[in-house]
Amino acid sequence: MSINKNQKFLLTGNEASAEAAIQAGCRFYYGYPITPQNEIMTHMALRMPEVGGTFIQVESELAAIYMVYGSAAAGGRTMTSSSSPGISLKQEGISYLAGSELPCVIINMQRGGPGLGDISPAQSDYFQAVKGGGHGDYHTIVLAPSSVQEAADLVFDAFDLADCYRNPVMILGDAQLGQMMEPVVFCKKQKTDLSAKTWALTGARGRKRNIIKSFYPVKGELEVFNIKLQKKYHEIEAEEVRYEEIDTRNADIVIVAYGTSARICREVLKDAKKQSLKIGMIRPITLWPFPSHCIARVAERVQSILTVEMSAGQMVEDVRLAVNGKCPVHFYGRTGGGIPSPKEILHKINELIQVKEKVTCVTS
Amino acid sequence: MELTYSKPKTLIDTPTHYCPGCGHGIVHRLIAEIIDDLDIREKTIGLAPVGCAVLAYNYLDIDMCEAAHGRPPAVATGIKRVHPDNIVFSYQGDGDLAAIGTAEIIHTANRGENITVIFVNNAVYGMTNGQMAPTTLLNQRTLTTPKGRNEKIDGYPLRMCEILSIIDGSRFIARTSITSPANIKKTKQLIQKGFQTQIEKRGFSLIEVLSTCPVYWHMTPCESMKYIDEQMTKTFPLGVFKDWENENQF
Amino acid sequence: MTEKVILAGLGGQGMMLLGRLIAQAVMLEGKNVTFFPSYGTEVRGGTAYYHLIVSQEEIFSPVIEEADTLIMMNLPSYLKFKGFLKPNSSLFLNSSMIDKIDAPENIDIFRIPATEIANDLGNVVASNMVMLGAYNAVKKLISIPTFLSCLQKVLQGKKAPFFKVNKLAVERGIDFINLSKG
Repeated sequence: MSINKNQKFLLTGNEASAEAAIQAGCRFYYGYPITPQNEIMTHMALRMPEVGGTFIQVESELAAIYMVYGSAAAGGRTMTSSSSPGISLKQEGISYLAGSELPCVIINMQRGGPGLGDISPAQSDYFQAVKGGGHGDYHTIVLAPSSVQEAADLVFDAFDLADCYRNPVMILGDAQLGQMMEPVVFCKKQKTDLSAKTWALTGARGRKRNIIKSFYPVKGELEVFNIKLQKKYHEIEAEEVRYEEIDTRNADIVIVAYGTSARICREVLKDAKKQSLKIGMIRPITLWPFPSHCIARVAERVQSILTVEMSAGQMVEDVRLAVNGKCPVHFYGRTGGGIPSPKEILHKINELIQVKEKVTCVTS
Repeated sequence: MELTYSKPKTLIDTPTHYCPGCGHGIVHRLIAEIIDDLDIREKTIGLAPVGCAVLAYNYLDIDMCEAAHGRPPAVATGIKRVHPDNIVFSYQGDGDLAAIGTAEIIHTANRGENITVIFVNNAVYGMTNGQMAPTTLLNQRTLTTPKGRNEKIDGYPLRMCEILSIIDGSRFIARTSITSPANIKKTKQLIQKGFQTQIEKRGFSLIEVLSTCPVYWHMTPCESMKYIDEQMTKTFPLGVFKDWENENQF
Repeated sequence: MTEKVILAGLGGQGMMLLGRLIAQAVMLEGKNVTFFPSYGTEVRGGTAYYHLIVSQEEIFSPVIEEADTLIMMNLPSYLKFKGFLKPNSSLFLNSSMIDKIDAPENIDIFRIPATEIANDLGNVVASNMVMLGAYNAVKKLISIPTFLSCLQKVLQGKKAPFFKVNKLAVERGIDFINLSKG
């Protein structure tokens, strides 16, 4: 596959993510097959040999994340991908990566759960991704693309963020994003001003030895390390929050939704306009760090906020924390692989407006 | 005057945390000597396991990486793929390699990954106070086999060298012990052969070292050495199970 | 202009390829497009279905709730998706495999014996291309030369000899509509 700048490709979200990783300089990919993200692996199997990189179909998700750990420790740009059940298996490794401050990218094209669930799109791994599915006080940076183009763009950013902060970065997509095809242009480039990985394992030639570890058995050392980690997380929270804000200025109700749900909600915004409803939307692009400030600001002036998710209600907890009682926060979600339709969401909005009117009548 | 014996350069001059009579110190020293002899200190990357040797990086003056329990072969693979010309070895105990990490060791061998594994088998989980290991002998008493290992309940001791030697991807597989100067010398030769296998890019090598745990065997260090010679080697016979120099041997 | 098409057929009837080629062609013509395939365990047999949306405007949800067009290759597909038809939408049926249906009202129905036509051309697999020709003769969504150049790119190497029959199948589909109009 030869790539010209500005050339348009029709690709699935999976293929676009994989190709973007290659172009962002990822040369070490380790994965295990699972639907609905198999096209990432297939693309890597084809492309890695072409660019002199490593592709291994690994014996398990567990081994895959630890190969990522090894390649990251050795200073390589490295990635793994999976879907929900496989990502659960990787959680131990993600905790170790965070604990050893190793940069890497993990893609989760979410499917329905719990357990084996099904292969339909879902957003029910939000807690796992954002709150740290592994053990310990850690965070992964979590990016949530909502189109194939953004899936490609955010992969570039993910590698740069990972290297910049020495931290694992997760791309949280879903089956729909992974499977759908859209035109995509690979216009981004790997950042060139990142500092050299002097901490990496290369053999201690002409320098003091490097050690990559997350074990601090001497009393007090672990706390010191954790305080350092938290400082880094605060810096990320201050610098890296990303979101899209649409029509919130005069909105009565603002929707908060990410990824595939956000795309569906854009349709709702269009339909709501036709009904002269003033609906806006905040689309978090980073799920951690979460755009709490933006939501808090908007909460000051709207009647209510509606969080829409393909889950039983996970991100809504962070929305409520951000709103902190300034306005009512409602939730509409479908779970177990269900995808909310624009009609259903609009119906919910109309319900909220009617309730509001009723309340106004009673009080007046 | 000629200097005939000294601390290897690669071994850091510090007291270890190992118990009296523990075999890890001997194996560490052998590795340090080999790294010095082969002059590869500046290109070697070691993997420390979870288990008693978790702090191995405090004793070996080389680039080192910690891995989660059972995962050193996967981490070593990830490192080796980035730096194919460096020397990468993992140091693993019996729980790490033969219980929680069985899948990793088998598949790493099967891919013919060009790394060296030092497998220290002392038939017990030391770090967690002496539970049964996958290599615990039948009738051997541990915290979790208080009446002795019973094959009907606990299964049999796993012979990893025998398993790994039938895998096409493995190139050098040997079992040795540290019970006498002669055996220690032999162990050094075999580990060196493992490193040589890697340097020559011949593929996967593993050296299993039968080692002592006097504390959880409830023996003196001397009795422990005897126990290896008289009991352990019955289940775990010493020898070279696979050698690229003599492929027909097995 | 927005056109929402659901394509469905038996796994193996070539709906995936057809949908992808249409999407590629409209992309090259500068339109926005989303193509959302069903995925999973149906490789051969079973109903495979695809949501294709083409628009001058930005496309939000790639999932179709009300279709402008259904292209249905067999009866189970039609039964599964007939509820997606909105008033005045178009229904293209492979009449070789869907004979009798309770025709819905206010729908333009086009019955194309696509399997028979493809069979007559000596390649039953080209029935998808017959449907494309017929669909485009009515809807004029894509330029046929662009579509054929996309097809040619897919049919390379060992598959190159199949281009001719596929091209012919597209033409037969176009002819079928034009002749039945006349």
